[in-house]
Amino acid sequence: MTSLAGTGALTRVALRRSRILIAVWLAVFGLMANVSAAATRDLYPTLSSLVQAAETINSSTALVALYGRIYDPSSLGAVSLIKLGGFGAVFVAMLAVVLVVRHTRADEEAGRTELLGATAIGRLAPLASALVLVALTNAALALVTFAALAGAGLPVDGSLAFGVAWAGVGLSFGAIAGVAAQVTTSGRAATSLSSIVLAAVYVLRAVGDAADEGAVGALTWLSPIGWGQQFRPYAGNRWWVLLITLGFTGAVGGIAVAIARRRDVGTGLLPTRPGPPVAAGWLSSPFALAWRLQRAAFVGWAASFLLMGALLGSLVSSVSSFLNNPQARELFMKLGGEKVFEDAFIAAELAFGGIAAGAFGIQAVLRLRAEELGERAAPVLSTAVHRLRWAMSHVAIALGGSVVMLLLLGVGAGAVYALQVHDAGQIPRVMGAALAHVPEAWTLIGITLAAYGVSPRLAMAGWAALGAFVVLGELGPLLNLPQWVMDLSPFTHTPKLPGVPVAVTALAVLLAVALALGGAGLAALRRRDLG
Amino acid sequence: MELAISVHDLVKTFGATRALDRLSLEVRAGEIHGFLGPNGAGKTTTLRILLGLARADSGEARLLGGDPWRDAVALHRRLAYVPGDVALWPNLSGGEVIDLLGRLRGGLDPARRAALIERFELDPTKKGRSYSKGNRQKVALVAALASDVELLLLDEPTAGLDPLMEASFRDCLREERGRGRTVLLSSHILDEVEAVCDRVTIIREGRTVETGALADLRHLTHTHLEAELAGPVPAGLDALAGVHELVVDGRSVRCSVDPEALDEVLRRLSAVGVRSLVNQPPTLEELFLRYYDGSAANAPAP
Repeated sequence: MTSLAGTGALTRVALRRSRILIAVWLAVFGLMANVSAAATRDLYPTLSSLVQAAETINSSTALVALYGRIYDPSSLGAVSLIKLGGFGAVFVAMLAVVLVVRHTRADEEAGRTELLGATAIGRLAPLASALVLVALTNAALALVTFAALAGAGLPVDGSLAFGVAWAGVGLSFGAIAGVAAQVTTSGRAATSLSSIVLAAVYVLRAVGDAADEGAVGALTWLSPIGWGQQFRPYAGNRWWVLLITLGFTGAVGGIAVAIARRRDVGTGLLPTRPGPPVAAGWLSSPFALAWRLQRAAFVGWAASFLLMGALLGSLVSSVSSFLNNPQARELFMKLGGEKVFEDAFIAAELAFGGIAAGAFGIQAVLRLRAEELGERAAPVLSTAVHRLRWAMSHVAIALGGSVVMLLLLGVGAGAVYALQVHDAGQIPRVMGAALAHVPEAWTLIGITLAAYGVSPRLAMAGWAALGAFVVLGELGPLLNLPQWVMDLSPFTHTPKLPGVPVAVTALAVLLAVALALGGAGLAALRRRDLG
Repeated sequence: MELAISVHDLVKTFGATRALDRLSLEVRAGEIHGFLGPNGAGKTTTLRILLGLARADSGEARLLGGDPWRDAVALHRRLAYVPGDVALWPNLSGGEVIDLLGRLRGGLDPARRAALIERFELDPTKKGRSYSKGNRQKVALVAALASDVELLLLDEPTAGLDPLMEASFRDCLREERGRGRTVLLSSHILDEVEAVCDRVTIIREGRTVETGALADLRHLTHTHLEAELAGPVPAGLDALAGVHELVVDGRSVRCSVDPEALDEVLRRLSAVGVRSLVNQPPTLEELFLRYYDGSAANAPAP
């Protein structure tokens, strides 16, 4: 197997390069698992309260579609890990995608693979080492998660099953990203393709779980995320599901290897098509260039927001099935009827939209970093383009784009919901509620720009801030963190629209913070060495 | 004499590294100026300061009569830059990049663009990611040369070009000079510099070690002499100051001679009678090696 020569050495290099990334993600996963288990125990101290909570979730099609089904309402583990088994698995998959793309296509795009290919390294070694890295990372993830859950007092066998189920999701997506890295010609495209697959299999699982049985219910079994949940940790521990995951990983990994064996270094599956010999007339400003560079990603994000909106909108009216539960019905009738509950559901889903719009803004600003470190900034800045004008071109796409994304989310959700309840007035109402998340997205853009302004190497702080705010939002209430800690996150300050008063002051303060951060970033950028 | 670039006592540090250490550089308007130095000498750092991408810690830099940091945008309308390592946007075609950079600079001459693309045999429809290093360089060169600017800043622009294209590039540079443009050519390809440059500046470890017209610099080093005489070689040549590596073989003599001793050596040889004389002027390479070859002691005090 000379084509694998050097795999061990490359794996060590990859481990060395990604050790901090892996350690931080594993620590966060372990922490989330541990805190979720411990907090759920405190939240539902009696068996009857636990069962009631579980049945409330299971009785709502919307929540089952979002998170999955609880297969044993009397199992503390099954109830406490419902969110992490579904949503959490998405992040496990993302870690695998990031690792594989970083050590395969991104290296190849940067020319590092060619440098290695000339040494005594086999043709398949880069791909193989990335897959080995993912396998090692997910083995470690299984152990860390197992320790975190067992440490929280959950049953040992279920804890191991949950760790292995997560690792299975990671392995499957490592293989999927392996194929994406062979088919595409850029790291960015490989990540996008993998993310689309991830979104698709999440939707397959959501539709399958919501239907629960029959042909539609079987859709869950087409999804690696679904397999993770069908492992049923703490609710039967179906170890045989591991065989499906491993079989899938082997088969898809085999496809990646088969492509890698055939193609040339630097190429993808599709040949690069020739471009126009002259530039279109509009391609004549830094903003036009920024748009040209970002437009493919922009369209992809926009389509996802619109689809997610429509999907969420279609779930809203099924939320009232929640009210089959007599206690809940009584509670919500007191609070103002079905409407209140539907509004609360919309508000909760739009909050995810705010996080996603922030993510869009961060990646759009980080194009500046990619342009600078890729030495594509200097050619532009050596023309009659002021550095602030150059920076603002990409920042404008981040700012305007996050508004467009939230608008599309609101339109998608509002329109579908309006159709179901025969009330066109819901469209502007949900749209407005979605736009309330603009200030928090802009705050994340401001943080990223401030960090980038100081140094391109610091710019990744934008992602770190988003991660910290999300973890704070998830864990804060469970841990009963003091209010001032919760107040650090912009997500805390956005009113939970629709259905509550618009907190104009809070939104204005967020906007002011965002602008101040952005201004500080531009001021720093104006002064430092660039390019 | 009008100066297109004037740099004095420029200092730039990166952490503990002193990239530029009181560097000076003067480029006259209308000349092709060679900017020579080994890897890491500070050539690119100097260019980045001249482009206003980086700021000097101390010292003075003037470019086309302006301050490269403060007046960057106005100055950039009047100059074009070709980086040493050209990175292109992977999904833009070469033609798109040429047009974009030209337009951002304030417009380019379509006829000249077409002529240059033909001359450099560039395929403008290829995407950035599929160009070789040499072809990426050509894209940047065409974009720079097709612009109507006063000053060209070129950072090792021929590093990836084949000999044929390099010859085309030299022709282009001479034409640019004919148009009255000023060129600062950073390079370590010595015959390129010898072939096209009027004056050169040699830097080492962030300091200027030599600057002047090529013809003047030649005086700083030895001339090789090989002569066949009518009679026996006169004794005492080795005793002359400034005569090195003397080899006498009957009536023929070989030696290298410092400029100040040349006159005396020739007088003594012609007294015997010279049958044939081969005289090799010092090459830039020797000059170069003299400055770079390890110890700074080899170099005369600036």
